[in-house]
Amino acid sequence: MLSFILRRIAVVIPTFLGVTLLAFALIHMIPGDPVLVMMGERQIDPEFYASALKRLGLDQPLYVQYWHYLLNLLHGDFGTSIVSNEPVIREFLTLFPATLELSLCAMIFACLLGLPAGMLAATRRGTIVDHVTMGSALTGYSMPIFWWGLILIMLFSVSLGWTPVSGRISLEYDIPPVTGFMLIDTLLSGEEGAFKSAAHHLILPAIVLGTIPMAVIARMTRSAMLEVLREDYIRTARAKGLSRGRIVIVHALRNALMPVVTVIGLQIGTLLAGAVLTETIFSWPGIGKWLIDSISRRDYPVVQGGILLIATMVISVNLLVDILYGVINPRIRHAR
Amino acid sequence: MNFKMRNWVLGSAVALLAGTASAAGTLIYCSEGSPTGFDPSRQVTGTDFDASAETMFNRLVEFAPGSTQIRPGLAEKWEVSADNLTYTFTLRKGVKFHTTSYFKPTREFNADDVVFTFKRLTDKNFPFNKAAPSDFPYASDMAMDTNLVAIEKVDPYTVRMKLKAVDAAFLQNLAMSFASIHSAEYAEGLLKAGKAANINTQPIGTGPFVFRSFQKDANIRYDANKDFWRKGDVKLDKLIFAITPDASVRYQKLQKGECHVMAYPKPADLKAMQTNPKLNVPSQPAFNTGWLSYNVSRKPFDKLEVRQALDMAINKKAIIDAVFQGAAQPATNPMPPTQWSYNKTLKDAPMDVEKAKALLKKAGIAEGTEITLWAMPVQRPYNPNAKLMAEMIQNDWAKIGIKAKIVTYEWGEYIKRAKAGEHDTMLIGWTGDNGDPDNWLGVNLGCEAVGGNNYARWCNKEFDDLIVKGRSTTNQAERVKLYEKAQTIFKREVPWTTIAHSTVYQPMRKEVQGFKISPFGLNSFYGVSLK
Repeated sequence: MLSFILRRIAVVIPTFLGVTLLAFALIHMIPGDPVLVMMGERQIDPEFYASALKRLGLDQPLYVQYWHYLLNLLHGDFGTSIVSNEPVIREFLTLFPATLELSLCAMIFACLLGLPAGMLAATRRGTIVDHVTMGSALTGYSMPIFWWGLILIMLFSVSLGWTPVSGRISLEYDIPPVTGFMLIDTLLSGEEGAFKSAAHHLILPAIVLGTIPMAVIARMTRSAMLEVLREDYIRTARAKGLSRGRIVIVHALRNALMPVVTVIGLQIGTLLAGAVLTETIFSWPGIGKWLIDSISRRDYPVVQGGILLIATMVISVNLLVDILYGVINPRIRHAR
Repeated sequence: MNFKMRNWVLGSAVALLAGTASAAGTLIYCSEGSPTGFDPSRQVTGTDFDASAETMFNRLVEFAPGSTQIRPGLAEKWEVSADNLTYTFTLRKGVKFHTTSYFKPTREFNADDVVFTFKRLTDKNFPFNKAAPSDFPYASDMAMDTNLVAIEKVDPYTVRMKLKAVDAAFLQNLAMSFASIHSAEYAEGLLKAGKAANINTQPIGTGPFVFRSFQKDANIRYDANKDFWRKGDVKLDKLIFAITPDASVRYQKLQKGECHVMAYPKPADLKAMQTNPKLNVPSQPAFNTGWLSYNVSRKPFDKLEVRQALDMAINKKAIIDAVFQGAAQPATNPMPPTQWSYNKTLKDAPMDVEKAKALLKKAGIAEGTEITLWAMPVQRPYNPNAKLMAEMIQNDWAKIGIKAKIVTYEWGEYIKRAKAGEHDTMLIGWTGDNGDPDNWLGVNLGCEAVGGNNYARWCNKEFDDLIVKGRSTTNQAERVKLYEKAQTIFKREVPWTTIAHSTVYQPMRKEVQGFKISPFGLNSFYGVSLK
């Protein structure tokens, strides 16, 4: 098992290097630079422009800039934002908990609804239940996040008044960030009603962000279950006279879970991509919006550092899934 | 209870009630984005200035709310020398800097603060700039770094500033957000503690609101400054900026009462907002102009007939209806009508396809001639949809036999290439900075600005002489005459087709009182209260 884990980790190192190069190259390929973008249509004095570029270290050749970037990374320095002058890692750590909290809740929503829906559709294959469930999943999968978010806000927040429109917590609470996770921080603050307000604010964004993963999980669970339900051991279990529930939950679901776990791991990428839009609609202070703003302002260190940190998260989750895979299925960890 | 006593009790009760009603409340403003920091000296965008200069800082002179006219700020009065090169400011006494968890002032505002602020803006070797290196783009843009050659403390409440060359807009420039006054005492403390960079994250000013906290992309909280020197201008207890990037969501929040005032509404939502009984939607012509520049350094745009022909083929009304959804007025001059010295006598050439064709023929332009028409890749208040505008102009020009190819680049690249003069015609615009006519005519049409903001690359000696003279004349009546004449030359020579001045709408809940729309597109909460 240890050699399996080490092998997996060894593969990750070149991936990281690739990510740094890609992030660096892509952002520098976009025309313009932070000074030009900041000045927009204002007039720009050539002397001012040159000194600003020099101060930011952008007057050096690209390979030198990349080399410095790598050297700093090796020292654990992700750079300093050109725009805010804050260390990238500090900004990331301030904003990432918000994205993580939202993504986790979205994933819980997706699993809680997606798994049972897929199982239901598989066990009622060809019936109206199957068609309705899979039809809904397909609709959910094709839902444009922006539109879906606004529709939910108009219905649940403005018309029915059940949920707040946007933000992480009602502005009447001023919760100092301790962990960055609002649900935990509100509990720590001990302010009455704050936790409830934070939970309320999570409902709509979690549903919006979790809709596509939910649809994917439901469809994947259904097809994996159908596959498994055709296996001989299921027929044997049925012949032994086991109850339908026991066959589905204990024998079929457990074996069907493997591709589903893989898909859940892969959905982390989808969640982070979806977080950009969801965070914009719900004024959610996470890393999605931070990165988009940084790209448009050509804040190179933030884009490079942010992408690398996100890639670290995605790669780590996938590594974990790979390892989990090995735990679930011994054949995988022994394969060369 | 005797009569006197009863009166006293009643009087106190009434005073208490009145007090509660007048100083009540927390105003929530749904803003469009996070500021990049809270140091106005280094900022350039309205989002940044709203969160710092407009809320927490003051300038020596200030724009009166809702106006481009200046009024005394931290300087009570000023004198200008006969040669217009020396300005002597008498500073206001009794002004207190904010007291916060990170700074407790031991003295009131004085000349040291003014000297610190302007030394920092103009001297690269100033010790504070060494400790916290930064660029001051606006100060450089307004030539403050080169033209302001000396700042002297005459006594604790008198400051003298000397200019290298006469700049008629100097006082207007001092009223701009970037010239906000910092506390020298606070800066010194930061420098000693090795925390000079904190000037951008933990602001200290003299303005109506005191910084409390900022959560990036979530909210900014301010408390009312109970010691504010202009008594009566602070009518709120607290001010919160709820950062809400999406315009539709801002509107939903406003409807639901989750905010009182919102920034930048979507034109498509305006109709619904105006009929909503809970909302007021005041509007004002914006301090901007959107236009199409003809690159006169290229053929055939060097010919006046060609520019005139292209100009009279454009249907401005259709553009205003489609691109601005009616929320704009056609522009005749390079500057908006709210700018003093606007020449009211000028008129657009009437739209005339036949005459345009004849002019092109006279200039020897064959039918089917191809030109490029550059469309900005970004939205601006003076041009919310440049692509659509370009398509409409392309269509108008097709009617006179000109084939326009629409070209666009990423924004930074667009500006860079345009400054290099690679375009034939291009869409661009300007929002006024300081309420001075030179900020329109000199900056965008002066000979000095060719290769810079003069995208038409139009250098007309007659026009330029007037502009240069205007810049060095401090008598406003004389300047008006000069600029009016300059506008007549502009209109005769057609280096641009002026297209529109947009209209600013500021949706707010009906309980908001006293909000004034700034001509500069800034949002300030001076004198604003909640009913």
